[in-house]
Amino acid sequence: MTAAKTVRLFKKSFRKRWQLYLFMIIPLLHITAFKYVPMFGNVIAFQDYSFERGLFGSDWIGFKYFKQFFDSPEALNTIRNTILISLFTLICSFPVPILLAIMLNEIRSQGFKKIVQMVTYAPYFISTVVVVSMLMFLLSPHTGFVNPLLVKLGMEPINFMGESQFFRPIYILSDIWQTAGYSAIIYIAALAGVNPESYEAARMDGATRLQKIRHIDLPWIMPTITILLILGAGSIMSIGFEKIFLMQNPMNTSVSEVIPTYVYKVGLLSANYSYSTAVGLFNSLVNMILILSVNYAARKISNNSLF
Amino acid sequence: MLQRVSIRRNAERRTPIREPLTDRLFVGSIYFILSLVTIVVSYPLIYIVSASFSAPSAVISGKVWLLPVDPTLVAYKAILQSPKLLAGFGNSLFYTVAGTMVSLVLSLLLAYPLSRRDLVGRGPIMFYLAVTLVIGGGLIPMYLTVKYFGMLDTRWAMIIPGAISVWQVIIARTFFQTTIPDELSEAAEMDGSSDFRFFWQMVIPLSKPIIAVMGLMYAVGMWNSYFDALIYLNDSKLFPLQLVLRSILVMNQVDPEMMRDAQQMIQAQGLSTLLKYSLIVVASAPVLILYPFVQRFFIKGIMIGSLKG
Repeated sequence: MTAAKTVRLFKKSFRKRWQLYLFMIIPLLHITAFKYVPMFGNVIAFQDYSFERGLFGSDWIGFKYFKQFFDSPEALNTIRNTILISLFTLICSFPVPILLAIMLNEIRSQGFKKIVQMVTYAPYFISTVVVVSMLMFLLSPHTGFVNPLLVKLGMEPINFMGESQFFRPIYILSDIWQTAGYSAIIYIAALAGVNPESYEAARMDGATRLQKIRHIDLPWIMPTITILLILGAGSIMSIGFEKIFLMQNPMNTSVSEVIPTYVYKVGLLSANYSYSTAVGLFNSLVNMILILSVNYAARKISNNSLF
Repeated sequence: MLQRVSIRRNAERRTPIREPLTDRLFVGSIYFILSLVTIVVSYPLIYIVSASFSAPSAVISGKVWLLPVDPTLVAYKAILQSPKLLAGFGNSLFYTVAGTMVSLVLSLLLAYPLSRRDLVGRGPIMFYLAVTLVIGGGLIPMYLTVKYFGMLDTRWAMIIPGAISVWQVIIARTFFQTTIPDELSEAAEMDGSSDFRFFWQMVIPLSKPIIAVMGLMYAVGMWNSYFDALIYLNDSKLFPLQLVLRSILVMNQVDPEMMRDAQQMIQAQGLSTLLKYSLIVVASAPVLILYPFVQRFFIKGIMIGSLKG
């Protein structure tokens, strides 16, 4: 199609559909202002940015801040912590919703199913601040039910939140508690689409329930699993800031300092705008490479991919 | 999909063959595991609700296990008397209602035209949106942008910058594409209906499930977030509830001047623990009461958007 033809086609469409284009004007301006402006704002990573001189008046300094980050002792530590927390979270949390959905799919009683679903969704709707404070109360040596239980069993009370070795397990277990039920929805929806004739045929052949799960259910939800795994692996470097930041205390920073919390501290609290943008930009670049390569690998291996 | 499920259920009813013992054991153990999961997931919540209604001394000495001990409303009364908390509650209510309205309007206005196959330029616009999913702005550039637009330390900062979630737009677009047939808009056009009228009188009423799920997601996100407030707001009068909670619950800001002697301190400590449990209940209750009403739309709304998209 030539450019002139495209323009003519667009003009014709615009005359007929101007209202639809009108709908999109404000949302597209919003996307431009709050997604594209900050995206291009990332260039301050290559500048000695100061707010007074602005984006166009600041000096260009190239990769100085990237180098400064990699030469600092924090680089290795924050990158390692980020990867370890995400990777363990992915490995531990990923299978749980799948198991939950498959078990729910075997349940005939609709009432029981509804109760299980309603209860397991609930934590998803609780705020991060509340979840972290719940952890602090329930696991503290003085309040909650965990330590009193340990004492009753004849053990010493443990200050769970104060010891760095417990940081990752607490983070991951509370993550499973919070998201497993809600994440199961997508698998439950996929399982509802299994052709009933396959079950009928399996029943005729005398298949056990376990065999039905292995040979009908699992292959059926495999594409969903692949896509969600791609998304999960791709977001290994984009760990959430909110929960880790709240769970941080002086006793656990050695394992809990991750790239986003570091960016926040050096960037906003100590106003090193350019340096912390450089760190953030490095993080998103790794992220992008990760998601694209996992996607490529998934397409090669199983023909399922995101794009 | 619903039809299929009912067919399947009928098929199961038609064949009264008793399942073999191993299968019945299998199903039995699934019931057992799921019951256990339900108890383990709900116990922390039940414990906190019960503790919030119990006497401070019972909570401190660890007498609360399942039901409230010596029920009292003292902590809830204290919350109602704290102007800081009430202001936070009011602010959050405002941000959530206003923010959800703005988000819904902007997202629907963007998603519907993009679902129309006869719209020239749809592909490039979709690409324009998809790019933002892969390359983000980063914390500092985002902060500087909000500062540049003069929104720092205003209520606007809580509502405008994060108003559109591109994921939600894509989900809504896919929903429109799969539930509103092309023939419908063509027929409306023959009858002389404008695109605006068709959108308002046909599309919106037909899209209640996706609007309910999207509205819930935006509202819950707004009600529960503290991060935007943490970086954009300085004036404590504008703080949403979550940020107020953070200072009380997580950072544990209790004024030591207020506790003069030990006796008072023990009492105050008991009350402050109790206060925290009740705060958790007050902050979570609105959302936990709301979501079961929208729950029946979850599977429909989430399925359509995320898989076929």
